[in-house]
Formats: sequence, C-alpha cells, structure tokens
Amino acid sequence: MTDEPGKGPDKTQLEQREGGTQDPSLDVVAAGGAQTREVIGERQGMFGAHDSGDTSGYGGLRRPVELPGASTPPYGGWMDDVAGAIATATRDQGIEAAVEKVIVHRGEITFFIRREHLLSVAKLLRDDEALRFELLSGVSGVHYPGDTGRELHAVYHLLSMTHNRRIRLEVTAPDGDPHIPSVCATYPTADWHERETFDFFGIIFDGHPALTRIEMPDDWPGHPQRKDYPLGGIPVEYKGGTIPPPDQRRSYN
Amino acid sequence: MTATSNDPYAATETETTQGRVFTVTGQDWDSVVSGIAEEHDDKVVVNMGPQHPSTHGVLRLILELEGETVTEARCGIGYLHTGIEKNMEYRSWVQGVTFCTRMDYLSPFYNEATYVLGVERLLDIEDQIPEKAQVMRVMLMELNRISSHLVAIATGGMEIGALTVMTIGFRERELVLDLFELITGLRMNHAFIRPGGVAQDMPAGALDEIRDFVALMKKRLPEYADLCNANPIFKARLVDVGHLDLAGCLALGLTGPVLRSTGYPWDLRKSQPYSGYEDYDFEVCTWDTPDAYGRFRIRLAEMWESLKIVEQCVERLAGLEGAPVMIGDKKIAWPSQLAIGSDGMGNSLDHIRHIMGESMEALIHHFKLVTEGFRVPAGQAYVPVESPRGELGAHVVSDGGTKPYRAHFRDPSFTNLQATSVMSEGGMIADVIVAIASIDPVMGGVDR
Repeated sequence: MTDEPGKGPDKTQLEQREGGTQDPSLDVVAAGGAQTREVIGERQGMFGAHDSGDTSGYGGLRRPVELPGASTPPYGGWMDDVAGAIATATRDQGIEAAVEKVIVHRGEITFFIRREHLLSVAKLLRDDEALRFELLSGVSGVHYPGDTGRELHAVYHLLSMTHNRRIRLEVTAPDGDPHIPSVCATYPTADWHERETFDFFGIIFDGHPALTRIEMPDDWPGHPQRKDYPLGGIPVEYKGGTIPPPDQRRSYN
Repeated sequence: MTATSNDPYAATETETTQGRVFTVTGQDWDSVVSGIAEEHDDKVVVNMGPQHPSTHGVLRLILELEGETVTEARCGIGYLHTGIEKNMEYRSWVQGVTFCTRMDYLSPFYNEATYVLGVERLLDIEDQIPEKAQVMRVMLMELNRISSHLVAIATGGMEIGALTVMTIGFRERELVLDLFELITGLRMNHAFIRPGGVAQDMPAGALDEIRDFVALMKKRLPEYADLCNANPIFKARLVDVGHLDLAGCLALGLTGPVLRSTGYPWDLRKSQPYSGYEDYDFEVCTWDTPDAYGRFRIRLAEMWESLKIVEQCVERLAGLEGAPVMIGDKKIAWPSQLAIGSDGMGNSLDHIRHIMGESMEALIHHFKLVTEGFRVPAGQAYVPVESPRGELGAHVVSDGGTKPYRAHFRDPSFTNLQATSVMSEGGMIADVIVAIASIDPVMGGVDR
C-alpha cells in the first residue's frame, strides 16, 4: 500500500488503476464507439426569466439542448460482454427489440429498454449467469418536457456484485400514457423507489403492490419533480428591496 | 372504565367505523388496557410516532399487534421531506452542495462527496483533482464515519435504556464535530467538498488536533467494547433480533453494515474505490450473525478501521503542506477566498486586491463563476460512495446548463428502512425498536 507521506498519484498507480479490474469505470475511458448527439429541446436567451423584458440583448440567442445519443459498438472492456450477453439472452427469448439503444458516456453504460419488455429484461439481468445484476440500487425519474412522445424517463441503476459492474436502464413513457411496468416482483427493493417516482413524477408503475404517495401527503395535488411544477416560494423583502422566489429570479440557463 | 373515568390523565377515546380509537399521551396505560379488555379482541393496531423518542427520528410505525407480538409492521415516512432535490434544480452546480449536505445530517460529507463525484465525472475532470483535496476528502469522510457510527450506537443504546452508551457516544461525537468546526468552520452542513476539490486548505494546527483525537479515541473506543460486547442485558436485547440473511439483503437492496453482518464483505471503498481509497490500508469488517448484535459489532470495528485511515491521511497531509486543494482549471475552481479579518471571517483582502488591482482575467473568472457558474456537459452520472449506512449515490443529470437538470439521491436509509417489516414481523414489539436501530436510518436522508 502506498501511504508514504508526500507521495502523489504517480504514473504507476494510474496504470495499476487502469489495468486493474477493481474500478470498472476506469477501464473503458478510451472506448471505441462513436458518440452521436440527441436534441431534446432549445435553450432561448441567456437568462432563465422571460417576464422582465430583455435588456441584455441576448434574447434572440437560440441554442439546442443536446444529450449524448446512441453509441455504436465496440463499447470497450466489460461493456461489450454485458451488451453481448443481453443480446444473446433477449434473442433466446424472442425479444430482440427490447433494447432500443445503448449509450456509453463518461465510462457508464445506459441501456434504453422498451417498456413492454422491461419485466423480461429485468428478470434475465438478475438471473442470467453472464449478467447477474443482483442488486437494484434504485429507481429515479427524470422529466424531459422537450422529448416529445417520451417525456417521462424512469432510470434504474443496477449492480452486479458477482462481476463488480454497474449498468443503467432507462425506460421512457409519454406524458399522455405514463405507464411503466413495475419491477417489484423481480427486485422487491423497487417497492419504495417506484412509489417515490410515482409521487414525484406521476409515472404509474403497473403491477406495483400498493402504489401510493410516499414522501408527499396523500392528498397532495400534482407531482412536484416534474418540470411543469413550479418550485414555489414567496418574495423576500429587505430594506425596501424585494428578492423574488428562486424560480422567478433572473439567472443563467 | 368506571375506575379511570375520573382520571385526568386517561386516554381520550373515540368511536370510529374501524373500531375504538384511543389517543395516548402518556401515563394513561390503565385506561387503554381496560378499554382493550372490554373489546374482547386480541388484535390492536398501534400507531407509533412520528413523534416518538424510540423510532430513531420522525418515523411513523403502524404496528398490528396480537398481545405483544407484531403481526404486521409498516412505515410511514415523508415527515421530513423538504424538497432538496427540487431546490437543487434552481441553483448553480456549486450551490447544490449546500443543499445536499443537509439531507443525511449525520453524514454530510458523504452527501457532498457522492454529488461532487458525479459532477466531476460529467465535467470529465476526475483525474485532475489535486491529491491534497482527495486526501482531505477521505479524512473528513472517515472522521464522519466515526461520528455517525457513534450516534448509531449511542441512540441505539438509548432506545433500549442503555443511557451510558448514549452519553459516552455523544461525548466522543462532540470531539469529531469540534474537528469539523476547526477544518470547515461548521459542525454540520459543511458544504466543504466542492466540484474540483475542497473549499479551504487545512488550518494551522489541525493535524496536531487530529493526532490528539486519534490517540484519545484509541483509549475511549475500548470503553464501548467493555460496556457492551459481553454485557448480558445488551446481548439479550440484540442477539437474534432483526435477522436478515444475504438473500433478503440483496432482494431488498440493503447495503452497509446490515449487508456485512451476513458475512459478505461488500464495501464500495474496496470493490469500486473512489477518491483514492485503493491507496489506504484497511479491512472490510464483517460478522457471522446477521442480527442487531452483529451490526453493532461491525460499527464498532469500522470505527477502528476509520481511525487507521485517518492516521494514514494525517501522515500524507503532513507531507502536502501548501499543496493546492482546488483544481487548477480556473473555469471551474471556485475563485473566492476567505480570510480572518479584524471583524471575523470574510473575503480575503489579498484576493480582492488580486482581482481588483492586478489581474483582469481573475476578475472575469470570479465574476463569471459567481454569477453564472460553470456549465456541465450534458449527460448523466452515478458515482456511489460507501456511507456509514451503505451505498449512497447521486444520480446527477445535466442538460448542459449552469444548474443541475436533476439530482436524485439513492439514500441507503431510505432503501434499508424497507426491511422493517421482514425484520420485525413475528417478533415482540420491543424488538421492533432494536431492529430499526440496527438499520440506523436517518430520516433527513430518507425523506430528503
């Protein structure tokens, strides 16, 4: 162990880390595949607030909001093994269409799963010997109002302790039909996580044993983490000046 | 009921469609018992909390009892929900640290660290964090693990009536908080770990204080072992209570001491190291009985391991005097510097002289970073850390803007609390308290 005083993270240590199997994220920094971009919206002007008149001259600025798009194989390192195992297992079950796209970004791999196939994919991810993702770390939601037809994203972080790997699943649903099947039967830990995502985003997890609000009061209207739900707050007055609530302040966007 | 009808302390009772409901306020045991006896029904539903000294915070338990046996246990949470994740979407990336540090208030440095590691991964600057900042992060996190485990043991002891464990636990925790105050300026809610490094360099004399603390802890930690390890009352309350095996842990997503009490040595510091943990010499503590007693012993042993890591950090920091604690990239590094003036802590006059009189570029960087903040490339990252309670991870999403598009925290308290039902159903009501204390949930982290 290198705990001498004053010793920096020298080259040998970095090489050890890159060569080692302990940190899976570092093995694939130089992954092969090309990265596309996916436009999900447009950023207007320079400042977030739009109601106070444009005195900056930046009001006409239009910039696309781009997320990392689909990657093409090879993804690098163990990621190809996982992608290959998923491809084989889905083919065996006749659900090749389950994986919509794969994104490799910053050493993390994301599989976009079509919602109708989520349950079968979750089961084979847990049970397939080459995959063995025993632990579901959690379910998180993201709301992309500009991603038309697939505004609501449920994000699942999976951990394989057997192989020491992490992957991410992303499942989308449109605002008009916010249904995603519940993975509770495969991963019982999803119970509270799905309740939380329902509470904050209004995603209805079909088949969940008791999908009720968990953080907000039972009679709360709306789903607070959605982008169309205001943060709220009251203006603060001090010595004649007024500071508007945070979501109405002028700030860079 | 006639015997207690004149009792000013009697529990108030109301008839509802679901049966008779007693509102218990204390010293009213007689009236409740006689009321239940009249019902000729063994089944009672007890609402415990959210304001209750033994539920480990503002946790509400709904317990269905037959006699003293729990047949169903359910948790009600959300009483401490403050919308921290939503608030972070309206503040800059650096300001986010100030919010997330307040979630799990017993382990603030872990909240900061997992968020900051996620932001740094998105910025693609993971390799550029100065060594001294990394060592300081590890040292603060390990000191924090000690203070957090001390509270876990202390409050767990208090809840079963072992008040001495409580008093000595908080006595030592205070010493850790003094160190935090010395280094960060605050006892809790530090907002000290920032994207790119840490907020301040170590103050003069801090290393000596930490060495004194480590030496003192080595004398004090054996007191806990002497008091508890073989104490027959303590063991009678903890052994075989809150049992959960490895399969149960994985299915329910439990990590941390609960998972390690099954004997499985899973610790992210070893298996997926971050912040340079691979450079430190320490052991992963496990136990062979997956019960409350095993979790207590693991917490005790982990404090020794944390002391070992802190010692190694102090040694390394002694050789890093004057080294930078913030990334060199001036487009990310927080520019403002603080200093002690005649009227207390405030803006560093040297820094103001530098930006106002010497460097136009420094002024621009200062202005841009303080007003606009930096932009983080679009994408998402999840970099979990091993918090005292298990896997704590921040799912950080950026759309390329100056503010987090979404920050979601996978808090181990939230996930682990789901095990309440399986740990306590079929057991005695008194064991529910022990089982929950062995999970050690922090409601600030559960509800966020």
